[in-house]
Amino acid sequence: MSGADGTLAGAARLPGAGIPPRVPGRNMARRRTTDRVMRALLGIAAVIAAVPLVLVLLYVLVQGLPALNLALLTQAPVPAGFPGGGVAPAVVGTLIMVGLGTLIGTPIAVLAGIYVREYAGGRGATLIRFLVDVLAGVPTIAIGLFAYGLVVVPMGSFSALAGAVALAVIIIPIVARITDEMLGLVPGSVREAAYALGIPPWKTIVRVVLPAASGGIVTGILLGVARIAGETAPLIFTALGNDRVSTALGEPMDALPLRIWVYASGPYDSWHAQAWAASLVLVFLVLAFSLLTRLALRRRGAART
Amino acid sequence: MPLMTEPTTDARVDPAPSPVPAPAPRTHAVGPVPGARAIEVARRSDEPVQDAGVGVEIEHLDAYYGNRRVLRDITLTVHPNSVTAIIGPSGCGKSTLIRCLNRMHEVTPGARVAGEVRLDGDDIYAPGVDPVVVRQRIGMVFQRPNPFPTMSIYDNVVAGLKLAGIRDRSLLDEVAERSLRRAALWDEVRDKLSAPGGALSGGQQQRLCIARAIAVEPEVVLMDEPASALDPMSTLKIEELIAALRASYTIVIVTHNMQQAARVSDRTAFLTVGDDRSGFLVEEGPTAQIFTNPRRQLTEDYISGRFG
Repeated sequence: MSGADGTLAGAARLPGAGIPPRVPGRNMARRRTTDRVMRALLGIAAVIAAVPLVLVLLYVLVQGLPALNLALLTQAPVPAGFPGGGVAPAVVGTLIMVGLGTLIGTPIAVLAGIYVREYAGGRGATLIRFLVDVLAGVPTIAIGLFAYGLVVVPMGSFSALAGAVALAVIIIPIVARITDEMLGLVPGSVREAAYALGIPPWKTIVRVVLPAASGGIVTGILLGVARIAGETAPLIFTALGNDRVSTALGEPMDALPLRIWVYASGPYDSWHAQAWAASLVLVFLVLAFSLLTRLALRRRGAART
Repeated sequence: MPLMTEPTTDARVDPAPSPVPAPAPRTHAVGPVPGARAIEVARRSDEPVQDAGVGVEIEHLDAYYGNRRVLRDITLTVHPNSVTAIIGPSGCGKSTLIRCLNRMHEVTPGARVAGEVRLDGDDIYAPGVDPVVVRQRIGMVFQRPNPFPTMSIYDNVVAGLKLAGIRDRSLLDEVAERSLRRAALWDEVRDKLSAPGGALSGGQQQRLCIARAIAVEPEVVLMDEPASALDPMSTLKIEELIAALRASYTIVIVTHNMQQAARVSDRTAFLTVGDDRSGFLVEEGPTAQIFTNPRRQLTEDYISGRFG
């Protein structure tokens, strides 16, 4: 600090310098120090936020890779203690139930988001937003119970449909809220431009406002899919689990989180290894889905412009 | 599609407030037939339509935001195929006034209007009139350029037609080129029609918005300080454009720039704000008269820079 002061003070004494440069005093030095400390703190916080992700991915990769093989993905579980077997029912079940849950939940959520942002009045919008937020905060095990009462009890059996309904209820508030927020980010001037062209309000929403918000909405759907793909609790008493590959919506179905939960809490080493491998499969599925969707969207956007 | 069966008297050579033109037989009604007009209009391929503009008569118009009255008893006639400038100090309701002319005022929650605005003789606020149809006939250009962000230059220009359900590619191509030419933008964008509209400069974006507004062949074009966010060169281009468009449209332009009003307009209306904070019309007349020989002291004070 003193060195810097000295140099600049020296420069100020140079002959012929018309305007004396501002001499950074102790105040400047203190501000620099504060700046450095705060920058460092922010950087550390950012690293801490990113470290768990890296650690989780690495750990799952290291533990899961040894047990990952084709049999894991194609075979049904074998009785405990026997070698081999796989989690094929869980892979198929997760794909079906997450897919169906998204298919049921997303349209409702997007339409609800549009209603809240574009049609509900001030007080109505506030009320619905509050309710959606509350729904987002309901423990997922309670949502599982709800689906049990709604689907399992009347149908008389655990079923994939009940699991999908539970997952749909979980994805709805996530996607509805993001749709609402993203529509709010589209400037009012864009809406006005459309109205002024004599475009009816509903068409303005569908053809002008929604496309402008679509990027954010898709991100929200991806977040929601990733979230429900990892849900265990709501499937326990809805989909129940199944040791055989099943595609029947009216029957119990396995899911990766369920299978991981059962295997990880069991006493056998072979189960633990398969639980790790199944975790790796689940993480990879979610990652691949989100990458593919983004890629497809980018290509479509590039084709349009 | 002629809107008047008889030739209209030219408002520009008629300094006295001309009598309200008698409602001429119309080729279409202000009624809930969205899209119908756009289709009919788009088939028309003759180049600059002469005298296609129609008059607008504003009668005892009050405008409110909630309980606050922002415009008080405005009575004003906008002559066909002329440029009418609306000038006045900040907050006098200039923008509100032109937003009342295509029913954009009511888009703001809590905003409402009392009084009449007659387009070619029909009250656009009459019960049963669809604001969508009113806006198809009365286009608008805003203060800030607002091209549709997800659309290309081409799609921006033909948005009004496309969203009205017109898919005939050759027709759309024709309308796009004609509108861009008339907005003096064609030469600058002809090679990049598929580029996003937002990639243009501010001045180009504003001309794109003008092209978009005239592509649906409105009869009246409202401009809300169309050049206030632009640099001098772009402003000049917009002003030249206004002069060229006058042959085909009735134009109402709000401006805070009095020189601009003097340069581009045939008639000028001066609004100011009263003690009750609501705007009212002080006087209206041929632009030359308003700027050189105003009838009212308030007008003279404003144009000579004594307030506002």
